[in-house]
Amino acid sequence: MKVIVPLKLVPDLVEDLEVDGSGKALDKEDLKFKLNEFDDHALEEAIQLKENNGAEVVAIAIDGEGVDKLLFTALAKGADKSIKITGADPKDSHQLAKIFAEALKNEGFDLVLTGVQSVDDRDGQLGPILATYLEVPVVSVVSGLAVSGNVITLHKEYSGGFMAEYEVDSPAVLGIQAARQTPRYTPVSKIRQIQETATIESVDAGDAGVGSGSEVSKMAPPAKGKGAKMLGSAEELLAVLKEVGAL
Amino acid sequence: MSETFVVTEHLNGEFQDITFEMLGKAKSLGGNVTAVVFGSMKDKASELGAADAVISVGGSDDYNPEEYAAALKSLLNEKNPDLVLVGSTSMGMDIATPVGTALDIPVIAYCQAIEASDGGYTCTSQLYGGKMDVESKVSSPAIVMVSSGAFDGESGRVSGSPSVEDFSAEYGAGKVRFKALLSPEAADVDITQSNILVAIGRGIGSKDDVEVAEELAKALKADVAGTRPLIDAGWLPKSRQVGKSGLKVKPKVYIALGISGAPEHIEGMKDSSTIIAINTDKNAPIFDIAHYGMTEDLFDVVEDLMDEL
Ligand SMILES: Cc1cc2nc3c(=O)[nH]c(=O)nc-3n(C[C@H](O)[C@H](O)[C@H](O)COP(=O)(O)OP(=O)(O)OC[C@H]3O[C@@H](n4cnc5c(N)ncnc54)[C@H](O)[C@@H]3O)c2cc1C
Repeated sequence: MKVIVPLKLVPDLVEDLEVDGSGKALDKEDLKFKLNEFDDHALEEAIQLKENNGAEVVAIAIDGEGVDKLLFTALAKGADKSIKITGADPKDSHQLAKIFAEALKNEGFDLVLTGVQSVDDRDGQLGPILATYLEVPVVSVVSGLAVSGNVITLHKEYSGGFMAEYEVDSPAVLGIQAARQTPRYTPVSKIRQIQETATIESVDAGDAGVGSGSEVSKMAPPAKGKGAKMLGSAEELLAVLKEVGAL
Repeated sequence: MSETFVVTEHLNGEFQDITFEMLGKAKSLGGNVTAVVFGSMKDKASELGAADAVISVGGSDDYNPEEYAAALKSLLNEKNPDLVLVGSTSMGMDIATPVGTALDIPVIAYCQAIEASDGGYTCTSQLYGGKMDVESKVSSPAIVMVSSGAFDGESGRVSGSPSVEDFSAEYGAGKVRFKALLSPEAADVDITQSNILVAIGRGIGSKDDVEVAEELAKALKADVAGTRPLIDAGWLPKSRQVGKSGLKVKPKVYIALGISGAPEHIEGMKDSSTIIAINTDKNAPIFDIAHYGMTEDLFDVVEDLMDEL
């Protein structure tokens, strides 16, 4: 089974986010980027499939700052191959999905595991759009899957702790919420080692399409409501706890 | 007159809250409101009194991503409404963008606000873990994914007798098959009944330090709850998870320690009577909904507090 994991870098929310001069986008100047945390779960689940059932795992990402390191990290974690798509600058999830779809048509796949969502997918999550372009079924919010032949059995999560079990015929796209175990950590030394021996494959981006058909008109931090009353000490907190009946 | 379709959501034969929240919003936008129902849910059309009409696309009672998306696609292809509201939910995620992408209808996700504007709609999405509000302008037809809890459900929860129409829909190729609905595992403590919750997030740092929260909880006669990443890591049982894929809680006091306040978490606790948040990041979105806050290391605060108790 060939499992593809598309990876995406997103702004690290630990940093302060600022809006740029256009008022419609983030100021990229001081942004730090990191792998979308749900993509990390998708990669972990793919590697678990490889280790438990046998699978070929391919990580794929669009070229940009930090992407080589990202793809080498995927190899260090256990991916068999990393592909970098060059010459693309997707402006939304629809274009991102179209570019991945074009690359995957050539590469071939049995299963695509995407992160269920990302912090910036304004025009919808990658997985379902990608599945539509690839003309294969999709299930989102998946945690836990098992493969038998070309049938995947999985759990999809709802609210309130409910889940449903489904069977899906591959090829398919699954939006991963959580891998069966916490995504593994790779020491920098191992990534360096891989960097010296392995190579990343490069492919040219295909057609990105027209995008989602909607534009951002404004971006701003949420209007502050009344806001929290800030407390300065444990004594103040204690007084509040007494006041609200917690003590 | 504008035409709004609301894609209803049900589980175990009951319409979910999001259905009524979307109906209420659709009604306030004006024009004609049609509720789209699946399976045998047309039998409960009288609960959808906020809609002028109900269209039943049939299909199985148990949600099936492939089948429901195919049914909705065939319906929209024929009826061409101006606006389609779908939940920004586990179900909505599988169907909104596939239908929109296949029919070339724009989709806006995570919407907290929708207004009609010339020839289309202006929607505000909550992105970047709740740290940015992003406004999009879109011309109709459009599909808008509505965040749970963004709109009041009461105005949409009215009984009545909307007209009911059957639509003969397409259902896809049977590549996705529903097997079973799994109920939540049994819990030692029902956190929806707790008076006081000490809730912890990734700021707690390690499994061993969960104890710090347990001790505080003991002193306050509270129960411990947490965010999803802690549950995924196995630091707390699933029954303690608050939020979108966990439980909705409304305790008298909710003490959030090292929780950023992502939209998926806030969805589950924003109706708590008093929210006290302790987080080192002064810009953490949790402070937008908390009543009291402290921008300090949670371990220092808990230690000082334990000394006082
Ligand atoms: C479909 C879906 C469903 C989801 N369902 C849920 C759900 O039900 N419940 C849920 O919680 N999440 C859910 N999530 C995940 C959600 O998106 C967030 O990832 C999660 O809520 C973040 O948890 P957190 O606040 O603990 O972690 P983070 O966002 O990492 O925040 C940790 C915070 O701790 C602070 N901190 C760090 N150290 C300290 C310290 N020493 N003292 C004080 N503060 C400190 C940091 O400033 C930071 O704000 C869901 C996601 C998806 C995609």
